[in-house]
Amino acid sequence: MAQFIDILSWAFLLAGGAFCVIGTIGLLRMPDMFTRLHGASVVDTLGMGFIILGLILQAGFTLIAAKLIIIAALILLTTPVATHALAQAALHAGIRPKLDHDETGGHIAGEDASSNS
Amino acid sequence: MTEAQGEADAGIGSNPILSGVWHRALPGMFEGRQVLYFASAVIITYIFWLVLSGHYTPLLLVIGAVSSLLVVALGSRMAVVDREGHPIDLVLRAVWYWPWLLWEIVKAGIDVSRIILSPSLPISPTLINVRASQKSAVGLVTYANSITLTPGTVSVEVEDDEITVHAITYAGAQDLAKGGMDRVVSRFEGAAK
Repeated sequence: MAQFIDILSWAFLLAGGAFCVIGTIGLLRMPDMFTRLHGASVVDTLGMGFIILGLILQAGFTLIAAKLIIIAALILLTTPVATHALAQAALHAGIRPKLDHDETGGHIAGEDASSNS
Repeated sequence: MTEAQGEADAGIGSNPILSGVWHRALPGMFEGRQVLYFASAVIITYIFWLVLSGHYTPLLLVIGAVSSLLVVALGSRMAVVDREGHPIDLVLRAVWYWPWLLWEIVKAGIDVSRIILSPSLPISPTLINVRASQKSAVGLVTYANSITLTPGTVSVEVEDDEITVHAITYAGAQDLAKGGMDRVVSRFEGAAK
């Protein structure tokens, strides 16, 4: 049983590592700032999630596992705020995303109609 | 003596900003539901202390209790221990919301990973406005952050009833615009105003 958990744990850790690498490749391959954010979000959701899951299995039913869950919750609650702040700041700084489809009709939420020229 | 020096000499007790907060926060602090928010915030802060501490000697248990009381009392003075700062009633519903969201994240994450790894990089970046039917700020923030947390979509701007989203594929944007996630978040938000 212990060995089974160990193998499962390593599978999760490897999967997490793989998603971190994939996310970083995405970060490098994407053409502009906004699309790069999507690559990065694979790292801080799936990469982080699987690594923490693997570590929880290593820790077993202990206080360390509880702390790992708190770390995961902290990351899941804070990264979207940071990502949103980054995207919003870029837009406000005048960086326009390279788009194939613009479905907004020129209207961006939170902006006055007059400032959308 | 200049005015600034006088203020500095008088200390915190007569600091206009701090004493203003004190007088505003005190009357409502121990009334009605505020007591419940206060109590549950203390309990949760104390549990948090116990989990992080791991040492259960009488001295440390007392220090933990005192610190949690102090922290929540300070929070009360800042008037942040209310439903918006401490939405305890959402915790029960979070029990089904988080697993649902995590499953969505896994599906979307695998989709984005496939896009990244495919040699032709089949992206079709799309900017789209999606409707947000949530009534409360907590609900709106939950929806906007759930969109951002899901790989492939990032909320760029948020308005009262609308969120501007950058999606990495046109299909992903259309999928979000159908409003499936919007409905689930509204259900999670419940009757909260």
